[in-house]
Amino acid sequence: MYLSSTENARSASPEGLVDNGSIHSFSRDRFFRNLTLAPAIVLFFALTVLPMINLAVLSLHDIDWAQGLSSWTYVGLKHYASLAADSLFKASILNTLVFATVAVSVQMVLGFGLALLTSSIVHGRLFYRTIFLLPILVPGIIIGAIWKLMFSFDFGVLNEMAGAIGIMPRDWLGDATYSLASIIVVDIWHWTPFCFLLLLASLETLPQDVYEAGDIDGATRWQSLWYITIPLMLPAIAVTFVFRLILAFKVFDEVYLLTGGGPGTSTEVVSFTIFRRFFTEDRPGYGSAMSITTFAFIGLVIVVVSAVTRRKGSAS
Amino acid sequence: MSAAYGAPLRPMLVRHGLLLIAAALVLFPFLWIVAAAFKTQIALLTGQLLFQPTLANFMNVLFSSTSDYVRNFSNSLVIASVSTVLVLAVATLAAYSLQCMQWPSWVLHSLLGWSVIFHMVPPITLAGAWFSMFRTIGLDNTYTGLILAHTTLNLPMALWMMGVFVRDVPKELIEAAKIDGAGTPRILRHVIVPLVSPGLAAAGILSFIFSWNEFAVVLTLSQRQTATVPVAIGKYAQENTIAYTEMAAASVLSMLPAVLLLLIAQRFIVRGLTTGAVK
Repeated sequence: MYLSSTENARSASPEGLVDNGSIHSFSRDRFFRNLTLAPAIVLFFALTVLPMINLAVLSLHDIDWAQGLSSWTYVGLKHYASLAADSLFKASILNTLVFATVAVSVQMVLGFGLALLTSSIVHGRLFYRTIFLLPILVPGIIIGAIWKLMFSFDFGVLNEMAGAIGIMPRDWLGDATYSLASIIVVDIWHWTPFCFLLLLASLETLPQDVYEAGDIDGATRWQSLWYITIPLMLPAIAVTFVFRLILAFKVFDEVYLLTGGGPGTSTEVVSFTIFRRFFTEDRPGYGSAMSITTFAFIGLVIVVVSAVTRRKGSAS
Repeated sequence: MSAAYGAPLRPMLVRHGLLLIAAALVLFPFLWIVAAAFKTQIALLTGQLLFQPTLANFMNVLFSSTSDYVRNFSNSLVIASVSTVLVLAVATLAAYSLQCMQWPSWVLHSLLGWSVIFHMVPPITLAGAWFSMFRTIGLDNTYTGLILAHTTLNLPMALWMMGVFVRDVPKELIEAAKIDGAGTPRILRHVIVPLVSPGLAAAGILSFIFSWNEFAVVLTLSQRQTATVPVAIGKYAQENTIAYTEMAAASVLSMLPAVLLLLIAQRFIVRGLTTGAVK
């Protein structure tokens, strides 16, 4: 319908054109096949593969800046060896694991609850969804700014509220007892809506006839939740959980703004340690070794998880 | 769920009550920051609930000679828009190529697999390498460098989404166009693009928002001239005496694009977020 009549006319005598045309269009197809994929390949190669190689090479060297020139000294695996003894890196891995597991677990429970509630109401779904979406779309650094003000020891609204019910004000971000928990609270507030959205999307695709069958058999609300909804939702729950868990490893913006990794090492997370080593301390070799290690670890997790889910998928 | 239609009134009220509490918890920080943006520093520090609203914070953020905010805002607009256009072009071409042009399956799988891994890794791991590479070829502290970085960061998401949308285009339409003698450029322009336009809208809006929000990479690759809005907010927090109310005003201004897009294009945002992750 979009094509001009002259081009239609060309295919009017198929016999003569097919052979001729297919050879011609084969090489032309190949040309366009390569051409259309080329930009993505070039971009990925230049900006992800090359930098990875760059990091790998950097991680084997010490780089010194003297008189505006950089001198590279090959140090072998020294940086990797010192990673194992780096107490800051260890603290940041531990913090990131605690942060990700606790925050994402709470997000899943709350998100699932909200999704169940939202899918069971008739009016106002759009209204609630609009509000719940807002935190996902706002820059992480602004979420940090908002909560930095709310957590403030002197004028923050949390201490005002605590004061109103007779609790002593606390330094939520500056006291190592609460700092990681405070960051976790912010992340829960930030990302629960994301879990909500994904779980709601898959709740809305569940087959209704199973519920009708359950109703006929006299299933209570709790029974149909426990024996129908949750089993049917398990794949979606697993995917959302793993997806969020890996993304939680990226956390940087909020930590940068709220605590800068402190007090002490109480909120030091992996991204922040890499940033600190590479840029603040200007140790590119060591920072690269950290990047490569993190990259390898996350890559490994993804490969294992997708292998497991694929096996599960083919078994059932 | 259809069961809801027969539900009695009281559970319905309970559900709405719970959802309203959740909505209030989500909204409260936003309302609080908006209020803070209209307060004087003294009103904020003394925790006044009733206060005389002032526009001084917004005036300072926008017009004070020491504030770079307007430049940061226009930097963000340029970088987010240009990188979004690039992401859409590259991802649509690649999605068409991968889904419709008989690549061996190892090409498809290694490209998509690599993009998933890259998407999951903290951007800061690559920022160091980008920094040193860009400095070598003179792209540090330039729009070009930042745009390329954001295009790469958002490419996996767009590639994934456009792949799903292109896959759903009926193959018969493409075959019919080929029989009519249309070459790849015509098929792309007249068959694929019109049919995947909802996908383009979803991927485009998300790519714009994610570029607008991105902080770590811009922080490391930019200086004063090319810094974006998130970096400007980050700067406020680094000062010795933080101008809290100005930080609040700048934050409110920086949220406007997201709020606007949420109100006018929620459908596409939801579709984008759920296609990108669930499938």
